[in-house]
Amino acid sequence: MSLLLFAEQILNGLQFGIMLFLMAAGLTLIFGVMGLINLAHGSLYMTGAFAAATVASITGSFTLALVAALIAAAAAGALVEVIVIRRLYKADHLDQVLATFALILVFSEGTRWLFGSFPLYLNVPEALSGSVTLPGGIRYSLYRLALIGIGLLVALGLYVLIAHTRLGMQVRAGQSDREMIAALGVDISTLYTIVFALGAALAGLAGALVGAIQSVQVGMGEPVLILAFVVIVIGGIGSIKGAFVGALLVGLTDTLGGLLLPGFFGWFMEPASAVSAGSVLASMSIYILMAIVLMVKPCGLFGVRH
Amino acid sequence: MNRETLLNLLLLCVLLAVPVWAHAAEEPFIITLVTRALIFAIAGIGLNMALGQGGLVSLGHAMFFGLGGYSMGILASHAQTYTPLFEWPILLEGSNSMPVIWITAIAVAGLAALITGQLSLRTSGVYFIMITLAFGQMFYYFAVSWPAYGGDDGLSIYVRNEFPGLNTLDPIQFFAIVFALLIAVLMLAAAVARSPFGLALNAARQSPARVEAVGISPYRLRLLVYVLSGMITGLAGALFADLNRFVSPSMFSWQTSGEIMMFVILGGVARLCGPVVGATVFIALEHFLGGLSDYWQIYLGVLLLVIVLFARGGLVGLVAGKQQAHD
Repeated sequence: MSLLLFAEQILNGLQFGIMLFLMAAGLTLIFGVMGLINLAHGSLYMTGAFAAATVASITGSFTLALVAALIAAAAAGALVEVIVIRRLYKADHLDQVLATFALILVFSEGTRWLFGSFPLYLNVPEALSGSVTLPGGIRYSLYRLALIGIGLLVALGLYVLIAHTRLGMQVRAGQSDREMIAALGVDISTLYTIVFALGAALAGLAGALVGAIQSVQVGMGEPVLILAFVVIVIGGIGSIKGAFVGALLVGLTDTLGGLLLPGFFGWFMEPASAVSAGSVLASMSIYILMAIVLMVKPCGLFGVRH
Repeated sequence: MNRETLLNLLLLCVLLAVPVWAHAAEEPFIITLVTRALIFAIAGIGLNMALGQGGLVSLGHAMFFGLGGYSMGILASHAQTYTPLFEWPILLEGSNSMPVIWITAIAVAGLAALITGQLSLRTSGVYFIMITLAFGQMFYYFAVSWPAYGGDDGLSIYVRNEFPGLNTLDPIQFFAIVFALLIAVLMLAAAVARSPFGLALNAARQSPARVEAVGISPYRLRLLVYVLSGMITGLAGALFADLNRFVSPSMFSWQTSGEIMMFVILGGVARLCGPVVGATVFIALEHFLGGLSDYWQIYLGVLLLVIVLFARGGLVGLVAGKQQAHD
C-alpha cells in the first residue's frame, strides 16, 4: 500500500470525524444542558440537507444553500422544542426515546410526502470542485479539505461561545445546576430553546455539507445519528471536548479499519476470505472501539458521572 | 378477577376467534396478519421483561430478533442445500425442524445477550440506551457485510420448516403453533413476575441501593433478565423468519428495535398483555391506515407522541385503570 493512499485515507477519516463532531456536539450539548436524549437529531440533519438541496436547485448558490440549511434546521429545531421536546425534560429517558422516535417517523414520512422517495442531488460548488496537491504530493479533493476547515472553524467558534460569552456561561451554569440558574433570573425556557436550536443548526449544517458528497434522501440522518451516539458515548456524554476527540477517533477508526484490516488478514489467510473477513471486522470496528473504551472508562473518556 | 385480567382473557379469545373465523371464511391473509401480530407480541413480551420489570431501556432488541431470524435462515439454508454448517471440530448439519431451530435461536440470542449485557450493564441510564442501540447496529453491519448468507440481499428459504405432525404451510396450523408459543411465553412472563426473582428485580429497579443492602446484587438480576429477555425476542425472530420464509439485515435495523419498543409502550409498560395489545394495534393501524395512505407512519408517529405525552400507562392503562401501574 502506498504512503499516499494512506495519507489520503487519514484525511478522509478526519473529514468524516469532523462531520460527526458537528452532529455529536449538538447531541451532547442538548444532553448536557437539558438532560434530553434526542433520537430526532438525525431528522434535523436531514432537514438541513433537504433545505440546502432545494435552495441550491432554485438559486444555484451553494452559500445560500448553506444559509438555508442553517435557518431551516434551527427553525425546525426551535419549533419541535416548543411543541414537543419542552414537555419531555422532566420525563424519564424511556419517554424521551419514544417521543423522539415518534418525531423521526413524522419527519421522515413528512419529508417523503413533500419530496418523494427519490434522492435529491446537491452539487459541490464550482469554486471548491477539483482537487489540490498538498505538501508531500498528496492529491486531495478541495471540497473535502474545505469540510475539514469549516468543521474546525465551527469547533473553534463553539469553544469561544461556550467558554467566553454570556450565553456560554449560562449554558455551563445550566449544565451544573439548573435550579440555581433559574433562581438567578435567567429565563431558562428561552435558554433551552436557544440551545436546542443551536444543536439543530449544527446538525443541519453537517447534513448540507455532507449532502454534497452523498445523496440527499429520507433516512440519511439515522446512520449518522447512531455513529454520533457512539462518539458521545466514547467521549463522555455532555462533554464537547469529548465529542471532538471521540468524533476524530471514530472517523479514523472507521476509515482506516476498512483500509488496513483486509491487508492484515491477508498475511495469514487466502485473499478472498481475507477481504471478506477484513471488511466484516472493519464494519464492526468502531463498536469494538466503543466496547474497549467502556471497559476501561464506563463514563467515556471525558465524562463525569451524573 | 380484576379488570386487567378480564381484558387479557378477552383479548386472547378475540385473537383466537378471528383466525378461526378467517379460516372458515377462507381468508388466509387475515390469519397471516394475526400471526404476524402474535409474533411481534412475543418479541415485545421479551423486551417488556427487561424494560418493565428490570427498568432496562434497551434500544437494541433487534439484535436478538435478527439473531433468531438468522438462526432459522442459516440452519434452514444448509438443510435446503444438504451442506453441513461446518465439518470441524464436529460435523454440524443444517436443520429444517422448527423445535431445533427454536432452541438454536434461543441459545444464540441468550449467548449474545450474556456477552453484550455484561458490557452494557456496566453503564446505566442514557449510556445504556445508546450502547444497546450501537450493539444492535453492529450486528446490522455485520449481517450486511457478511457475504456468506446473502449479505445485504438477505436469504430466502423456499419451504417453511417442519413441525412434527403438522402441516406448517397451512396458515391456520402455523397460527396454532405461534398462538401456543405466545401462551407459553405469557405464562412464563407471569411466573417470572411473581417469582422471588421477579420481585427482587422490581425492587432493584425502584431502589438498587436497598436491594444491594440486603445482599442481592442488582447487576446479576439485571443480567439474568436481560438474557431471558433476549432469548424470548430471539424465539420471536425465528418465528418471524419462518412466517416470511425470508431473513434480511433489516431484522437487525434500529427501526426494528424502535418498533418492538413501540409495541410495549402502546400497550403499556410492565403490563402482562401490554405488548400483545400494542402489537395488535400496530398491525391493525398498519393494515387500515396503510390502506388509506402511503404515509401512514405520520399518523403512527402522532399517535405515539400523544400516548407518550398524555396517556402514560398505554392503552391497557387507559382501559384497566392505574391500579397496576408502576411508580
